[in-house]
Amino acid sequence: MASLFEKIWSHHVVAAIDDATALIAIDRVFLHERTGSVALKSLAEAGRPVVDPGRVFATMDHIVSTRPGRGDATEMPGGTAFITETRDAARAAGINLFDVTDRDQGIVHVVSPELGIVLPGLTLVCPDSHTCTQGAMGALAWGIGSTEAEHALATGTLRVTKPKTMRVTVEGRLAPGVTAKDLALHLIARFGAAGGVDHAVEYAGEAVRALPMEARLTLCNMATEFGAFTGLIAPDAVTFDYLKGRRHAPAGAVWDAAVAQWQGLVSDNGSMFHVEHAISANEVVPMVSWGTSVQQSVAVDGRVPDDAATRSLEYMGLEAGQAVAGLPVTGAFIGSCTNSRLSDLERAAAIVRGRRVADGVRALVVPGSQAVKRAAEAAGLDRVFVEAGFEWRESGCSLCFYAGGESFGPRERVISSTNRNFESRQGPGTRTHIASPETVAASAIAGKIADARDYARG
Amino acid sequence: MPVAEPLVRLTAVAAPLLRDNIDTDIIIPSREMKTVGKTGLADGLFAGWRYQAPGSREPDPDFVLNQPAYRHARVLLTGANVGCGSSREHAAWALAEWGFRAVVAPSFNPIFLGNVVRNGIAPVKLPMEVVATLAGTVTLDLEAMTLTGPDGAVHRFALDAEARAMLLEGLDAIDLTLKLRPAIEAWREADRGQRPWVYG
Repeated sequence: MASLFEKIWSHHVVAAIDDATALIAIDRVFLHERTGSVALKSLAEAGRPVVDPGRVFATMDHIVSTRPGRGDATEMPGGTAFITETRDAARAAGINLFDVTDRDQGIVHVVSPELGIVLPGLTLVCPDSHTCTQGAMGALAWGIGSTEAEHALATGTLRVTKPKTMRVTVEGRLAPGVTAKDLALHLIARFGAAGGVDHAVEYAGEAVRALPMEARLTLCNMATEFGAFTGLIAPDAVTFDYLKGRRHAPAGAVWDAAVAQWQGLVSDNGSMFHVEHAISANEVVPMVSWGTSVQQSVAVDGRVPDDAATRSLEYMGLEAGQAVAGLPVTGAFIGSCTNSRLSDLERAAAIVRGRRVADGVRALVVPGSQAVKRAAEAAGLDRVFVEAGFEWRESGCSLCFYAGGESFGPRERVISSTNRNFESRQGPGTRTHIASPETVAASAIAGKIADARDYARG
Repeated sequence: MPVAEPLVRLTAVAAPLLRDNIDTDIIIPSREMKTVGKTGLADGLFAGWRYQAPGSREPDPDFVLNQPAYRHARVLLTGANVGCGSSREHAAWALAEWGFRAVVAPSFNPIFLGNVVRNGIAPVKLPMEVVATLAGTVTLDLEAMTLTGPDGAVHRFALDAEARAMLLEGLDAIDLTLKLRPAIEAWREADRGQRPWVYG
């Protein structure tokens, strides 16, 4: 009897280092221009080659401009150097590169599933904390630092302290209008931003199995905000249907052999976990964060807690006991590796269609990849957003964080489909409330934090 | 090839920043990561809290590291889940460049923990009620695995043997791992037969 995590882990153990640490084979390394450039540069300076460049990928997402007609110029002072140095280093190392103007460019955690680079049972690392997103494919995927990335590039392995295991079982079905993002915020609000520290978290249960692939990616994306080593979901027919035919996925007889093996990637009945949580899906409602930690989240029709931390209240310009719905917003952002996939944009567009963004609100949609952008435009979603008053951008991480160029303003209240509400995350002094894309869309229309269920049609 | 000065025994000032969930955006804001490299980051350490206004370099006298007693602190005391958020190793580089050799907290974000070890900073896990007693001069002993507080109380802590060895010797993990190359190659060869699709 072994859990999903145990199966993937034990397959990849090359050698035991000590009681707690093993040398783990790494199947895929993904880099981006913000931290990957440092790893490639440092590796090259040490005279160390990339051991298997065919299994290493890089994209330009973090500081690339998302303005229409963009090139290497960025909003961030000095940002162009990150792009040009990553490009030069990637070419010199012979790795796969999705460059600024490539049709495959996009956010690493959107592009990798989309192209079938991440597959069930693989180990995948990237110097980005949201690498746990890709655990939704039934892979062991986690974020690392630049020095660890160098190690993975040079050796095809990492020295990893084995995490403990946690299973979160969600019984029943999420109600209509309640999303994977709401489930993630519910979990973190309930168990704390440190609730998953040192654990690999498997999401299971009827509600998780019922989630489409893109929603599963959203759920696992937030595992890092739970403090977890990673999140993962057992692969099933939903996973296989999503992956079949994707460019880097196997084909033909190899596909059949792969699926046969992937079907065994489930936690056996009777598997033991260090921690088990069970929650009922009907407890989960649309959520929004009020504070500066993701755990400071409440139901969209709820109130700031009476015992709220003073520092968070001061930063956010709120008072204990205040209702969250109705807080006026001047910024609305739909994008990021959490919520920038086609289904996210479709659900937001369904709310926006035929309506107008409220006066005084700056609203943006930033597709997660060029493929998402093309698909959205083919479906006419770009026109829906633009006619409503949203900006329609090129793909990238964009205003999920502030890198020194473009930002929302100080003390500006922003509703955002991103994953972090930290102090100054979206600009110095900016007040970020995180929520689902539909909540962001409804709030942009209302000019204040709003319940998307009031804007749903039929 | 050492990556950091070996860390065996250290007597230094410990500065209290006793908040939970101190994220890496706080340790070093994204806008302070100005160059493609690992240096020049100490100036941006805790920039959002350390200076009066965003982008300014006017010290905020209320911030702990600006207070005379803690200006030369080499041990940082924090609340739970320190280093959550972005995986940016710049947070560890900035702390190391400032001179920190240890972070003491009830729990660490796993990516941050790996990053500090690889940059010569000891992650010391102790319960919050102990961390709260440590502001002042402390002695860290990585051989004995103890931290002695300003009150003379000796606290034992745990650390993986791997992390401890890297800190004690300042080792470069890549060199160590490359010694295991035959095992790595044997694993790959066997795996290629079992999972050919991984190798495309």
